[in-house]
Amino acid sequence: MDCVATGGNVKVLAKAIHSLSRIGEELYLEPVEDGLALRSVNSSRSAFACFLLSPLFFQRFQAPSDQSFRCKMPIKSVQAVFKSLASLDRSVEKCRIQLNSEKSRLTITLHCKHGLLKTHNLSFQDCESLQAVFDKDSCANVLQAQPRLMVDTVLHFPPSLEEVNLSVSSDRVWLRNHVEDDADSSRAMMTELCLSAEEFDHFAVSTQTSITFCLKELRGLLVFAESSGLPISMYFDEPGSPVILSVTDSVLEGNFVLATLSEESHPKNHVNSNTKCPDTEQPPDDFMSDDMDSFLIAMETSELPGPSHVPTSPPRLSNRKDNRKHSFSEEEQEEEALTEGPPNKKFCSLFFGSVLPTPSHMPNQTMQSQEVLASDSEDENEPQTS
Amino acid sequence: MKFRAKIIDVGCLNHFTRVVNTVSRLTKACVLRLTCDHLYFVLSGRVATGGVSMWCELSQVNFFDEFQLEGVSADANEIFLEVAPENFSRALKTAQNAKSVKIKLTKKTCPCLTLAAELPSLSSVSRVVTHDIPVDVIPRRLWHDFREPQMPDFDVSIYLPPLKTMKSVVDRMKNLSNYLVLEANLNGEMNLKIETDLVSVTTHFKELGNPPWGDDGSQSSSPTHRDPDLMAEARVDIKKLQQFLMGQQVNPSKAMCNIVHRRILHLIFLHEDVSLQYFIPAVV
Repeated sequence: MDCVATGGNVKVLAKAIHSLSRIGEELYLEPVEDGLALRSVNSSRSAFACFLLSPLFFQRFQAPSDQSFRCKMPIKSVQAVFKSLASLDRSVEKCRIQLNSEKSRLTITLHCKHGLLKTHNLSFQDCESLQAVFDKDSCANVLQAQPRLMVDTVLHFPPSLEEVNLSVSSDRVWLRNHVEDDADSSRAMMTELCLSAEEFDHFAVSTQTSITFCLKELRGLLVFAESSGLPISMYFDEPGSPVILSVTDSVLEGNFVLATLSEESHPKNHVNSNTKCPDTEQPPDDFMSDDMDSFLIAMETSELPGPSHVPTSPPRLSNRKDNRKHSFSEEEQEEEALTEGPPNKKFCSLFFGSVLPTPSHMPNQTMQSQEVLASDSEDENEPQTS
Repeated sequence: MKFRAKIIDVGCLNHFTRVVNTVSRLTKACVLRLTCDHLYFVLSGRVATGGVSMWCELSQVNFFDEFQLEGVSADANEIFLEVAPENFSRALKTAQNAKSVKIKLTKKTCPCLTLAAELPSLSSVSRVVTHDIPVDVIPRRLWHDFREPQMPDFDVSIYLPPLKTMKSVVDRMKNLSNYLVLEANLNGEMNLKIETDLVSVTTHFKELGNPPWGDDGSQSSSPTHRDPDLMAEARVDIKKLQQFLMGQQVNPSKAMCNIVHRRILHLIFLHEDVSLQYFIPAVV
């Protein structure tokens, strides 16, 4: 594989990597038919991001001879190559990414001014293909806005805020900080921002709805969009379905897919007399329920196509629980012990395809049809079946 | 009980925000006392706060365009609320370029001060940001805890040196010792002293001037024949003094302190429409 990015695109590449670093600890790199895919996922599998750089993004794009090459590496190592973003466009003229298959190294060479060459040899690990299942076209609601609007909106919320609730009606959008339903919640400060549909470049709301997702993971995309000036599109459905935020231009496409809280009833937020916020009731979807025990059992015993690695070992299950704990309410700990009734609200894990079918199939697959959970090849302790 | 107020002037909004920011740097929780003419941020000295107390008084007419209050009862036309000034600060922070800011006492899941700011937007419809700040209503029987502090019978009253200078001196002294002695006399001289086993440092200030109490203060109008060179001192926790100096966002038009020898340090900062008093007890 041999790709060369030049000029301003070096900085764009660096910014894409930096925004992916806000999601997960590892960068998954995979040359695909449409270009180079850079992806990342968070440890609880509730946030996924992908930047697809088309061959036109590069001055030169040569895919590897091995069609199925893909790898992952710690994202911090890659960020270190592109540190000091501010001076990148002043000093770096060209960036070359080459695969050295004999030595299992990814070589990133920065061609800088005055003939200076900075060569970084990064070791990588083989991995499964990472692809979250989502279908933008099937989403009922689509909003598009200039990045400035999103950034200004988010400013009203403290940087430490984890979860935010977005509600839409036919002509308004409300953003509220989401507060867990526990003893402290009644004493928490509630902030709500109301925007009119007119402020959006595109506003297509077919169903009044209210979704809750993690704001923190989104900030990476906001920074990228603001610096690139690209409008941000939001695709979402009912609570439980992931929300997809994307930026597109002629040579790249970035998608951030975040899980949303699945709730049986409308979130408990202050009812402002001025709002016309809908009360959406969603029937509990068994498959969306985050009861990992029942899901894993269903996966093992049903006709679902098995993933190449079956995550069944108990330590692995508790690992997942721990990973998600920090995003969820404290209720979860107690609720896992209960055997009956679905948990009140949970973030759904995004379902991943284990082996990527040809990219052309992807857009047609929805959450319901793709039922396979990808293995977590990051877990070194897991017994692997080859 | 009702309270509604509105600010439409950007300058007033900024000024009010600065006052709230200053208060939020001094304490995590305080009492907001609302009367028809004034707002007060009150912190009453308790063991928990190390004995410091604060009294910040604002004249409402200088900030608010509209101000309506209906207190607890006709003869007690006031409202006392316990609030975390930091929440207030956060709410105001993002409303700095608002066209208008409305503050209302509301009841959501608990009593709240609701701050609604109308922000400029790209369309004809303004953006509205609403913050619900939870508060506790303080019952009337506890109001006496939050009375205006009496001017102490001080021994020396003196104007403070320029805040910036004082801040930097105290900052450096904080690295060397936990306690600082502030002493001053009626000759306009002030010393800031620290003393440890290894080192002692004194910073001298001269010609600071002494405020002419007589009409307002509790000092009797007849001079007490105090030796003008005699120093009155108070040994205080240096962190508390530093916290107070650090929190100031605006240079006051008048800054002075009253010292009750070995008892209390009483700092008074006066701005055009805000007065801030801070009491730091002396330690042995």
